[in-house]
This record gives sequence, structure tokens and C-alpha cells, in this order.
Amino acid sequence: MSWVLVIALAVGAYGFKVTGLVVLGGRTLPTVLERCLALIPAAVITALVVKDTLTLGQDVVIDARAAGIVAAVVAAWRKAPLIVVIVLGAVVTALVRKLG
Amino acid sequence: MSFADHDAGAQPWWRDAGFRPALVACLTLSLAVGVFGVSFGVGSVAAGASVWQTCALSFFVFTGASQFSAMSVIGAGGSIGSALGGALLLAARNGVYGLAMSRRLDGSLGRRLLAAQFTIDETTAMAVAQPTRREQNLAFWVTAFALYVFWNLGTLIGALAGSAIDPETYGLDAAFPAGFVAMVWPLLSDRRARAAAVVGGVVCLTTTPVTPVGVPILLSVVGVLVGVQHPVRPEGMSS
Repeated sequence: MSWVLVIALAVGAYGFKVTGLVVLGGRTLPTVLERCLALIPAAVITALVVKDTLTLGQDVVIDARAAGIVAAVVAAWRKAPLIVVIVLGAVVTALVRKLG
Repeated sequence: MSFADHDAGAQPWWRDAGFRPALVACLTLSLAVGVFGVSFGVGSVAAGASVWQTCALSFFVFTGASQFSAMSVIGAGGSIGSALGGALLLAARNGVYGLAMSRRLDGSLGRRLLAAQFTIDETTAMAVAQPTRREQNLAFWVTAFALYVFWNLGTLIGALAGSAIDPETYGLDAAFPAGFVAMVWPLLSDRRARAAAVVGGVVCLTTTPVTPVGVPILLSVVGVLVGVQHPVRPEGMSS
């Protein structure tokens, strides 16, 4: 980790927040653009789940993490609170790892 | 900072029985996110960041998904460029939340510049869920304050404990994606978001073996292109 990354990320993250809230204010963006921007979390967060669950470096692997994430998905589907989903994912992964 | 300047004559907001359920929801959510902050602290130190760098990320960047993304790319051996790219893609959504909040938040330019730092998933979600403008403002600021305190406190605790804890023993490496599952799940009730999620996930998985670490996260953004297609047809109609 480098300070360059920390600072660039801090500036960039605040830049997006200020652009939306203060600079653009109440203005409306082209609807196509708004639709696409609104889909960023679904696409990118899902990719992060896939990356952190099924890959190690450049390898695609299935290990204890997959079991933990299946448990987390079931918990999220059953509308469990955030904290339950997180703890269940971690605990199931740790148990499967220990037994495996 | 006064939350209730425009509330002449009424009782103070923390005694307002009508606002109490929202207040409890804001505080509970903030506490849960604080626990998530502990896992960020542990993971960030394990990925090679110092305690100071880890705390600076939570203090100044203050948008969890971006922080986790940067940390996980660096921890996996990715470049600074790809770590930054993926994290900024995720940070872009706060701009969209800012647009939504700009129609709801009261106050001077100075207060808005401060509010910008706190315009993230949780504060926006809590605010837009309230029925009146006054309660929207209250929910935003209460969540902002509680979340900021707990997130930074959790990060510090995790970062200090970090070197003493092996994240894999406790399954903490799975705590991040599990938290992301909880964040993304409510979004997937929308058909278009489901399509974007499937494309994002598949692109990430298929490009992992053939691109440098971190790049698949950048490529997953092509999933948003499902938004270009025409506005929603009612569910169940053939397309």
C-alpha cells in the first residue's frame, strides 16, 4: 500500500461526492447516463464478490470461502441483518477451512 | 452542527417519538458497519498497509466498498493503477447519491460541502426512507455522525489487532465478500440490476486468468451497459 494510493483515492472519492451533491446539485443528467450510473454498484460489487470468493491471484479456485458465501447468500435472501450475513460468512468459511 | 434549526417550537429531535424507530435503525446500522470496519482494519494491515494508512483510508476516503476493493487488489498483488481504478468506479455511485440528496438536504454551502463527505450508501438509504424533509435531514446527519464514528473506531481497533490476527483462521477473508453480498442483495430486486450483476460477475470470472490482478474488476463495469437498452418493459412481457 502506498500513500499515493491513499491520497488519490481520498481526493477522487470526495470529488465524486461533491460533484453529485454540490456541483451538479438539482440538475438532471441524460436519463441513459443516470440509468447506467445507477447500475454500477450491482455490476461492480457482484464482481468483487466473485473475485474475493472464487479467485486467488489469477487462478479460479473453489475453497472454503465458497461455502461461506453460499451461507451469506442464503442469509441475505432470508433478509437477515447485515451483521448476521457477515458473521455467518466468516464463521462458515473458518469452520469449513478447519475441517477441510 | 444543529440538526433542527428549522424546527421552531417543536420538542428536540431526540425526544420525538415519531422519529424514534428511524433513530434506532440509523444507530443499529452504524454499529453493524463498525464491526465491518474492524474486518477492514485487520484486512488492510494484512494486505501490507500501515496502521496510519489504514486509518487515513477510513477517515478521508470514507466509502467502504472502495476501501475494500483497493485493499483486496493490493493484497492480491495488483498494481496501484488497477487498485485505484476499481475503487474509483465504486466511488462514482456516491455522485449519484449526491444528486438524490441535493434535492433533500437543507443548509448553507459550507454544510453541503461537509455533507458531501458523508454521502454514501447507508446515509442516503436512511434519508430517502423517511417521509418528511425534516426527518430526511435528521436521518442523514444522525447516520452520518454515528457511522463515521463507528467506522473509524472499528478500523482503528482492527488495524491495531491486525498483526496479531491471521485473517484466514477466523474466515475474515470471507467477511468482505459476505458484506458485499448483503449490500448488493437488495439492489437485485430490480431486473435490470440483476442483468448488470450477472454480466459483471461473469466478466470478472472469465477475465481473471487472462488479465493482470485488479483489471477484471475494472472490466466488470461493462455490466452497466444493460442500462442503455430501452426503459423498462413490464416484468413478464416478452422482449
